[in-house]
Amino acid sequence: MSQSVSKKEKNNFLKRFFPSNNFGDFIFERLTWLFALSVFLLVILMGYEMYEGSKISIQKFGLDFLVNSEWDPVQEIYGALPIIYGTIVSSLLALIIALPFSIGVAVYLAEVAPPWLEKPLSFLVELLAGIPSVIYGLWGIFVLVPWIRTDVEPYLSDKLGFLPFFRGAPYGFGLLAAVLILTIMVLPIITSITRDVLKSVPRSQREAALALGATKWQSTIIVLKDAKSGILGATMLGFGRAIGETMAVTMVIGNRALISPSLFDPSYTMASVIANEFTEATSEMYLSALIQLALVLFVITIFVNALARLLVWSMDRKWKTV
Amino acid sequence: MENGMMKPDFFFYRKKITSFIMMSLTFIAALAAIIPLVLIFYYTISKGITYLNLDFFVAMPKPVGESGGGMANAIVGTLILIGIGGAIGIPVGIMTGTYLSEFGKNKFGYVVRFLTDVLSGIPSIVVGVVAYTMIVVPMKHFSALAGGIALGILMIPTITRTTEEMIKLVPQTLREAGLALGIPKWKTTLSIVLKSAWKGIATGVLLGLSRAAGETAPLLFTALGNRFWSTSIGQPIASLTVYIYDYAKSPFEDWNQQAWTAALVLILLISLLSLLFRVITRSKYKTN
Amino acid sequence: MEIKISVKNLDAFYGKNKVLHNISIDIPKNKVLAIIGPSGCGKSTFIRCLNRMHEVVGGTIKGEILLDGEDLTKTDPVLLRKRVGMVFQKPNPFPSMSIFDNVATGLRLNGVRNKKQITPIVEKCLKQSALWDEVKDQLNKSGANISGGQQQRLCIARTLAVDPEVILMDEPASALDPISTTKIEDLIFQLKKDYTIVIVTHNMQQAARVSDYTAFFYMGKLIELDETNKIFTSPSNKQTEDYVRGRFG
Repeated sequence: MSQSVSKKEKNNFLKRFFPSNNFGDFIFERLTWLFALSVFLLVILMGYEMYEGSKISIQKFGLDFLVNSEWDPVQEIYGALPIIYGTIVSSLLALIIALPFSIGVAVYLAEVAPPWLEKPLSFLVELLAGIPSVIYGLWGIFVLVPWIRTDVEPYLSDKLGFLPFFRGAPYGFGLLAAVLILTIMVLPIITSITRDVLKSVPRSQREAALALGATKWQSTIIVLKDAKSGILGATMLGFGRAIGETMAVTMVIGNRALISPSLFDPSYTMASVIANEFTEATSEMYLSALIQLALVLFVITIFVNALARLLVWSMDRKWKTV
Repeated sequence: MENGMMKPDFFFYRKKITSFIMMSLTFIAALAAIIPLVLIFYYTISKGITYLNLDFFVAMPKPVGESGGGMANAIVGTLILIGIGGAIGIPVGIMTGTYLSEFGKNKFGYVVRFLTDVLSGIPSIVVGVVAYTMIVVPMKHFSALAGGIALGILMIPTITRTTEEMIKLVPQTLREAGLALGIPKWKTTLSIVLKSAWKGIATGVLLGLSRAAGETAPLLFTALGNRFWSTSIGQPIASLTVYIYDYAKSPFEDWNQQAWTAALVLILLISLLSLLFRVITRSKYKTN
Repeated sequence: MEIKISVKNLDAFYGKNKVLHNISIDIPKNKVLAIIGPSGCGKSTFIRCLNRMHEVVGGTIKGEILLDGEDLTKTDPVLLRKRVGMVFQKPNPFPSMSIFDNVATGLRLNGVRNKKQITPIVEKCLKQSALWDEVKDQLNKSGANISGGQQQRLCIARTLAVDPEVILMDEPASALDPISTTKIEDLIFQLKKDYTIVIVTHNMQQAARVSDYTAFFYMGKLIELDETNKIFTSPSNKQTEDYVRGRFG
């Protein structure tokens, strides 16, 4: 009796270390598992590295870092409020402009376009997403900014100058240029995810609407309502992309930590501060403050992306109950 | 009921017109979305073509004030950087993707899948900062290695997810055929599953590489840049993107011009990679 | 016998592929016409021509379809579908809408906005589709959170709300359990007093139970059309006989 128990235990012991009968299978699974684990550890390591790197800044400024509006490397005072402000405002404005366009394009691709046109158009939209950020920036500096300086800003201040948003000297470089370039950059992301989300809505939903006497637009509204959470997810992914966008923004935003209502004024974003000042950061505290900025950006984007993915994923599951 | 001989009422006309207007607007939106693409391509090609000559590919950058010269070091630098990136990103991505599709139907699998997606949303500049604290600080100087590692991290999500998706497309029957022959699972996966999914995986790899080739932010304070010829991975190295950035900001018109040419070369390089991508996907459909 | 829909020499295509060949049928008013035939015989395509849903998936037709003497291929499909409603094979309620809104949506799509007008119609249609007693206390629940059989009856109520004259049913019970199927069949029996019904089914017992007339389709052609009991007892065509006896299909 006792012998057979110990034999069983031995079997269990072996099973624990060699769960499948085949040693090769076991090694293979563990090997791929190790790589998967490395991805898991990488994300944690990234957070840890930045926390370590920004420790002295965190200890000195604490939460003041987020609410203090003075960013002065000479005095060694680091308050990121104007930078966070610039990041959020430029991204939100870009989203507000891009969203109706993106939904329009996605609806055209998913609901309206004939198949022979849909494929090349989708390809062009993907192409827009594939252009390197630095080329957007180059184009921004030499084409977009001069156009804004000579045409857009004078026009806006002439017609809408009574609003505080459109006052000041037309530099070209500034928040407006950053917003426009971000709009172009987030458009393909929101569009292609929204298109996929719309396509995941079963055809039977459109047929149900049409069979009730709906027009194409009415049936599209019903599909859009079905796809609400996915579109919200797409928008958040676009937001995540916009707040982390570095090169193009750095090249056109004017790079001054300033809170101003005017879209003509220069501004600054977290990513562009890091890009601009990292190699110039001579003191330990300066570097630490910049790394803390990266940490803030890291935490925000993780949060935004996690939420966005959950929303987009929820769309896939939704249709299994209908 | 009163038999309404298809008599349209006011509301009918209103909804028909609304529908027509809205559908036209979506078409206009689609056209408008293409405009920036056309503009960017137009300027890059028309401005970039002036300096596009053999020198650009084989000569070194000239000092300020001398016109001409090329970016041979930057082209080689970019290739070295994506080479290092690929050496990290490709194996990690493919192995992780394999794990996720073959063994990943558990909690750990979901967590990793989720983190991969989250990783793809982390700004590339943040990855640059991490590569700086992890590699540049201990090595005490900027290096191609640090830049390449940053690019490698950025490739992981794309390659992982494509690998997973592509392996999932391999029919279960193919797997069962292998297993039924008494081939162990690992051999089946390697010799049958990965083999039939390799084209899809290759496209993912190319996509990852071409995105990495266009990255600038993570290189600014890792690979830094180098005005001289260097192929050492322990030293700072030039790249096309950082050159575009530096030359675009510079006050010299000649350099501004070269920035456009570098942009054109970069686009050509990326197009070459996606052309490969297209060729591979095309032949995939043929064999099926 | 009054004719509601008269189909004359109808051909239907998917691209270059001809899927219906020269179909001519007169569909009598306030009766149930069942369309039977093996899968792929064109029976679904046929009824989708009657409310022009066939063209939604890129199909084209040739020939005439007269609804009360008016050629429906020449009228506006949006107007037409108000008069010719459709119930689909798989229940397709709108999951983002409540049960109430699912039924009300057809009214709203056609311009009825007044809640005082809508509420009694919703109640009437849910009663007509024998769903009222089961859902009257949960009208705010999502249309997707009820059983499959209830979803299908909800879809029928949704169709009734638009007040159509003809109801097309594309295998309405094929995705349902036997009890729900019985309920749907009873419902069809009730509805034919007020509506002209065309039902596609692959279930011959169902055709025999609910319909007044039966048409047998085979390979895109109409083989035989007659009174239902005639089709099932003494069909005049050999292919029909083979099919109803279960020898193929």
